[in-house]
Amino acid sequence: MTPRLAIRAAMALALGVPAFAPAAHAAETIDPVADKAAFQKFFTDKFPKLKREDFVNGPYSMNEDLHKQWQEKEEFPPYEFSLEDGKQMFTTPFKNGKTYADCFPNQGIGIRQNYPYFDEKEGKVVTLELALNRCREANGEAPISYVKDEMAALTAYMAFTSRGKPMDIKIPNDPRALEAYRLGKEYFYTRRGQLNFSCATCHVQSPGERIRAEVLAPALGILNAMPIYRSEWSGMGTTSRRFITCNSQTRAVPLNPQDDEYRNLEYYLSYVSNGLPISGPGARP
Amino acid sequence: MLISTLPADGLCAFHLLYCDPTIEIKARETPLIVNVFKPALVLALLAGAAMATPARAQSAAEGRTIAFDRGKGNCLTCHAIKGGDLPGTIGPELTGLKARYSRDELIAIVTDETKRNPLTVMPPFGRNRILSEQEINAVVDFLQTL
Repeated sequence: MTPRLAIRAAMALALGVPAFAPAAHAAETIDPVADKAAFQKFFTDKFPKLKREDFVNGPYSMNEDLHKQWQEKEEFPPYEFSLEDGKQMFTTPFKNGKTYADCFPNQGIGIRQNYPYFDEKEGKVVTLELALNRCREANGEAPISYVKDEMAALTAYMAFTSRGKPMDIKIPNDPRALEAYRLGKEYFYTRRGQLNFSCATCHVQSPGERIRAEVLAPALGILNAMPIYRSEWSGMGTTSRRFITCNSQTRAVPLNPQDDEYRNLEYYLSYVSNGLPISGPGARP
Repeated sequence: MLISTLPADGLCAFHLLYCDPTIEIKARETPLIVNVFKPALVLALLAGAAMATPARAQSAAEGRTIAFDRGKGNCLTCHAIKGGDLPGTIGPELTGLKARYSRDELIAIVTDETKRNPLTVMPPFGRNRILSEQEINAVVDFLQTL
């Protein structure tokens, strides 16, 4: 096999495309436990000075100057308004008298680390943002935008009540759950868009490097900090907003918020950050 | 020259995409012109310099504009380039390129660097029609001045 062919075969396998030797296809058995260990080791090896939990601070973990900026920011956190709004929204009853708390385990407090989860009834991944809108609809309220302030505020509050709790995503013994994980992983490593970037191109291959003045965040722990206040956005952003913006920035066509692909991606990316603390809401340059 | 500092072994551990041993990631030395001191070649090079037409200079100036334009080449996002502000750090500094690469090599790199290095971060400017052939030529004219 020529190098080019070998590379194509490797890519085809990685993407699950049945292009070459089916026997070799079996070489990539999906093993989330091994994936997670290798994924975390990759980052802790690459940044030996960082503790595993430091990665949840994204670019602010990447060097001392940035870390100082982060500490200063945390004194007057730019997400504070959102957090207050979120708490108020969360505790204000719907028209039917129920609240968000009625839709979630433990009244919605300290549970963010368990999202997304695989719903075996539905056979799909359910994210926190999705669960919040389903809660609204179940109580006769109109759903809210996945990319705007209200959703960010709600998830900010829920994340805040879970701060410090280790991400704890479960993959139940259900082939559909494993498939959702596999598809999320595939999405993460697949190059797309006119600029030909995968998520991994920036957030695995280049964390700590700068694109112009911006420091790229490591993929490890990247969702633990969601939602985030971004100075670049002059506002809050949800996980949905982050995925969509990443797609547009690489000149790919973004999907709709909470499309299956994004749900699977969030599942994969959260799972491989299991054990790292929830740090959201976060602030980013 | 170090094209990428990607530690392939570490990555291979968690995605097959990175496991192909034939993917050469580090140290792609592009041979220097070894015969550079041969008198005939020196003469040829000098002649070439003398023939550097105003058209070529103008093209290099256009290439610079394209290279610095965020909506076009946007080269500064990853590369330090003399005269450019706030460069990124992903790619190597673009300097002394004329001594290291032929014109055809530079065109090939800008057109589709994934052909040489499948894991490169660099967008395939030609293959994905980010830049036209003419624009790539202008960018290469500019690169050869660095």
